[in-house]
Amino acid sequence: MTTPVVVTGIGIAAPNGLGTADYWAATRAGKSGIGRVTRFDPASYPSTLAGEVPGFVAEDHLPSRLIPQTDRMTRLALVAADWALKDAGLDPKDLPEYDMGVVTASSSGGFEFGQNELEKLWGQGSQFVSAYQSFAWFYAVNSGQISIRNGMKGPSGVIVSDEAGGIDAVAHGRRLIRKGTPVIVTGSVDASICPWGWVAQQAAGRMSTSDEPGRAFLPFDTEASGYVPGEGGAILIMESAESAQARGARVYGEIAGYGATFDPRPGSDREPGLRKAIELALADAGARPEDVDVVFADAAGVPELDRVEAEALCAVFGVCGVPVTAPKTMTGRLYSGAAPLDIATALLAIEEGLIPPTVNVNADESLGLDLVGPQPRTARVRTALVVARGYGGFNSAVVVRAVD
Amino acid sequence: MSIDTREFTLDDLRRILLEAAGADEAVDLDGEILDVQFEVLGYESLALLETGSRIEREFGVALDDDLLSEVDTPRALIEAVNRHFTAA
Repeated sequence: MTTPVVVTGIGIAAPNGLGTADYWAATRAGKSGIGRVTRFDPASYPSTLAGEVPGFVAEDHLPSRLIPQTDRMTRLALVAADWALKDAGLDPKDLPEYDMGVVTASSSGGFEFGQNELEKLWGQGSQFVSAYQSFAWFYAVNSGQISIRNGMKGPSGVIVSDEAGGIDAVAHGRRLIRKGTPVIVTGSVDASICPWGWVAQQAAGRMSTSDEPGRAFLPFDTEASGYVPGEGGAILIMESAESAQARGARVYGEIAGYGATFDPRPGSDREPGLRKAIELALADAGARPEDVDVVFADAAGVPELDRVEAEALCAVFGVCGVPVTAPKTMTGRLYSGAAPLDIATALLAIEEGLIPPTVNVNADESLGLDLVGPQPRTARVRTALVVARGYGGFNSAVVVRAVD
Repeated sequence: MSIDTREFTLDDLRRILLEAAGADEAVDLDGEILDVQFEVLGYESLALLETGSRIEREFGVALDDDLLSEVDTPRALIEAVNRHFTAA
């Protein structure tokens, strides 16, 4: 069965805006949320910039019962899920509990919570470690807490494939709907701007060491020198088109196609897997390359990876064959939260007829991309492709399409 | 007489419960809770484990592993902790 699956609700927590309205207003205007890290003193680390979600006070949104047992990423995810459900016009209390499932992605888990508890273990002893460490750091914790808070007992899971995970989770959610679960809460929110999360990411050698917010993350630019990490993401409500229609829900768009591949081993002379992932997603959507109105790029900000992505896009769409944008230049790379935020942004672009900008970048012309510049571009957007790659060889692509 | 004349009170328990696990929105912790079951107050086994561990740290007692699964009300927990002081 290939029941159409649609998005009916969006909840966003991003470095340049908390809530969908704030985020979209900032993004369409090219307003960046990248700045010097404030959550810890970054002075002694090579990288000092991040995209931090502004103005989030968990106690304003969540009951006190949840505060001692949650990491920042879980608090953000719970609130984004609340907003997404509200946006979808769904009250979980009104639905049978087995008709709702949760699939999120995670790249590192609740690192800040884990770091605090490890510090207590090391400095004070095991009896000082919180009982909640048993799950608060864990990859699956956002899926678990969202399902508990909303009484959702349908199929549930977590996908861990770094930055590609956000797309993989949405695709798995689509599968579960096609198998018969009416409502799936999906997407992802990541947050690990703490010293432990920082050194873990630093180890991969891809983080920018620039301390200039406007010059640090320059994907597809000749001066690209790595990425700036960020926190946040988006939670999406997915339903079958049929059930959305039956309850008269507002539909943002369809999750029309998905493809995922794995890169060949390092040093192999075989082609990287990204092009194939894009082609699989288009085929799954029944879409031709010329149907695609915009690509939301993975935009690694690492020259070699940028070139691989540009080559894949040129192979599928032709040189400068499709507008390409990277609004993540305003948020930093959000790990598993990045792609759901890009999917949400693509849906907002469809709604408004506007491709959001890529800021700060002077595109390297030799890459052959029609990169949308610092100004947004008005366009009739009906079909968008979102691309994401995860550290270690994951490639995922998803086609998002307007519903008539 | 023991050198430790401390007593574990309901106020101590309220404070530690809040620190350890917060409070359910539907529950008034300041009300008459001595004989209300922890489950009704919204505290499941993990919340009690965390609460017990904080009591142990702060009051320098070692609670029996099974104790927290056996005491089901604030009164029972307070009495059990205070037995440690009188026994010392």
